[in-house]
Amino acid sequence: MIAKYKNIVVNIASRVMAPFMMLYALYALFHGHSSPGGGFQGGAIMAAGVMLLRLTLGKERSSRKFPVWLAPVIGTTGVFIFAGTGIVTMLGGGNYLDYGFLPFPFLSPSEHRFWGILIIEIGVFLGVSGIMVTIFDCLTAEQE
Amino acid sequence: MILNHIIVLIPISLLVFSFITFLLGTVRRSLAYPTALVGSAISVACSVVGLILVLQGGPIHYYLGGWPPPIGIEYVLDYLSAFMAVLTTFIGFISIVYSRKSFAQELPHKVVPLYTITLLLLSGLCGIIVTGDLFNLYVFLEIASLTAYALLAVGEKRAPVAAFRYVIMGTVGACFYLLGVGFIYFSTGTLNMADAAKLLPAIYDSRAIIAAAVFIVIGIGLKMALFPMHSWLPDAYTYAPSAVISLIAPLMTKVFAYVLIRMLISVFLPEYLSDVIPATLVIGWLAAAGIVIMSIMAIAQDDFRRMLAYSSLAQICYVALGIGLANPLGLIGGMLHILNHAFMKGCLFQVAGAIRYRTGLTSISKFNGLGKKMRWTMGSFGIAALSMIGIPPACGFFSKWYLMLGSIDAGNWVFVGVIALSSLLNAVYFFKIIEKVFFAQPDDDIVENAAEPPKEMLVPIVIMAVAIIALGLVNVYIVTNILEPVVNHVFN
Repeated sequence: MIAKYKNIVVNIASRVMAPFMMLYALYALFHGHSSPGGGFQGGAIMAAGVMLLRLTLGKERSSRKFPVWLAPVIGTTGVFIFAGTGIVTMLGGGNYLDYGFLPFPFLSPSEHRFWGILIIEIGVFLGVSGIMVTIFDCLTAEQE
Repeated sequence: MILNHIIVLIPISLLVFSFITFLLGTVRRSLAYPTALVGSAISVACSVVGLILVLQGGPIHYYLGGWPPPIGIEYVLDYLSAFMAVLTTFIGFISIVYSRKSFAQELPHKVVPLYTITLLLLSGLCGIIVTGDLFNLYVFLEIASLTAYALLAVGEKRAPVAAFRYVIMGTVGACFYLLGVGFIYFSTGTLNMADAAKLLPAIYDSRAIIAAAVFIVIGIGLKMALFPMHSWLPDAYTYAPSAVISLIAPLMTKVFAYVLIRMLISVFLPEYLSDVIPATLVIGWLAAAGIVIMSIMAIAQDDFRRMLAYSSLAQICYVALGIGLANPLGLIGGMLHILNHAFMKGCLFQVAGAIRYRTGLTSISKFNGLGKKMRWTMGSFGIAALSMIGIPPACGFFSKWYLMLGSIDAGNWVFVGVIALSSLLNAVYFFKIIEKVFFAQPDDDIVENAAEPPKEMLVPIVIMAVAIIALGLVNVYIVTNILEPVVNHVFN
């Protein structure tokens, strides 16, 4: 078990930094179309925020905010959103992952693709962040 | 409408259900098994419908995301891939049925991730089979490999080390394949298999393409454990959980053999790999050496699972021999042997798992008299063993027959001798066990107290044994309707 890091500067600084890292992760996700970023990068930054708290506050304290069991669930949900979007496009009459056939009313085909790729990116974001935290938790898990 | 999408549903149903399995399994552990069963049943249904559609109307092409090739990713269900998809999903379904009791005994706390990863592995294998894109194949290859490493590593105490060796060798293999694909891409500018096959003949003499072919053949050779690159396989197969190995042993190396066949017939054409660079010649002779050496190694083993692992290595060399012959009959023999060996080895590893489940025995020398206590299990073992030796009407005979015809066609009498010799060696190591199991008297308390495995394990074993005989009886149908169109398409 990772214990709390015994240095007040590190503790306070990481607690200030972590929320901003997560916010920046969301920026990287939603701004991925028009600037550097995207689901994978955003997810990695998000996971880095969680890992920073795990390292400095200790696993016990940080799992009150982000439980250990939650990470793999978020990861699988993310990939499920990705695969599920493809199924929805198939139900809409297109080929697998053909975003033009997503059932959004009142939108032009190009807007369909814009929102479609955003849903995919959200799936990637959740998948990457969940799996990275899971890997971190597994590596630092206690021996049974 | 759904029939248009049947090809993409084969890998996607498994992919989606692997995540549903995890989510439901997190809620309640007992839900993981039924969900996994439903997912793989859907994929079996999809691939059977796919095979019927292909047999009726010829190959199906599907463009992912609506982007036509060469820009987009194309999935192709032709005779060969439809046939392989049915095989893979069916064996996957049978082993998931079989796995419940075995996992419950060996790894009760890891059931949810095990089923999740099993479905993901099957999804990767199906993806390899249906894709018509070189890079997409690499992605699925990595999905299948990574999940296989994870599944093999959860076995006995020594399993992690064995799996780690597999990780190293497998990564080198995947890396070589990717390098080869990279060379093809910068020489032709395309990743689509059909498109590459059209563009490649103009630049067959280019060194980049020769390097690409060599890298791909060696990389896939590592993955399919072709004879001198096999050292990772025996340990990995021996120490893995029994339910896992009854899934991985029939499928993994066979699917990579399929990749090699796909490269031979759909990317580089046979005349390139046999005439311009002598790749098939090398594969053929390595396979011939491997058949003999691995059969002798199998005779020397006392651990049942280890013996089966060496026997697997000899059998995958049969497939490689068919590829190496690169003539119609040899290729038919190789492809038929993929099917036959998947069923034979699946049955044998399930029997090994059942013996281990009831008695904990793995050592052949202690099997005395087991046949009297586990009649159905050991009867199925007998059928599979006779099929491995090559006694008709069991299916193993027919693929060896086609391989022999192919060797005679090629005028290669050494290969004919090797196939005949290896049948004798197979007889040596299987009759050794048959004699102990059926004719020796029990001399051990463990054997005296042995009983048939539970029905959930016994039914899959018997189904596999019946399938071995049935495949032998219907092999003419399979060859004329499925495999001959593949070969005719290539060699005309």
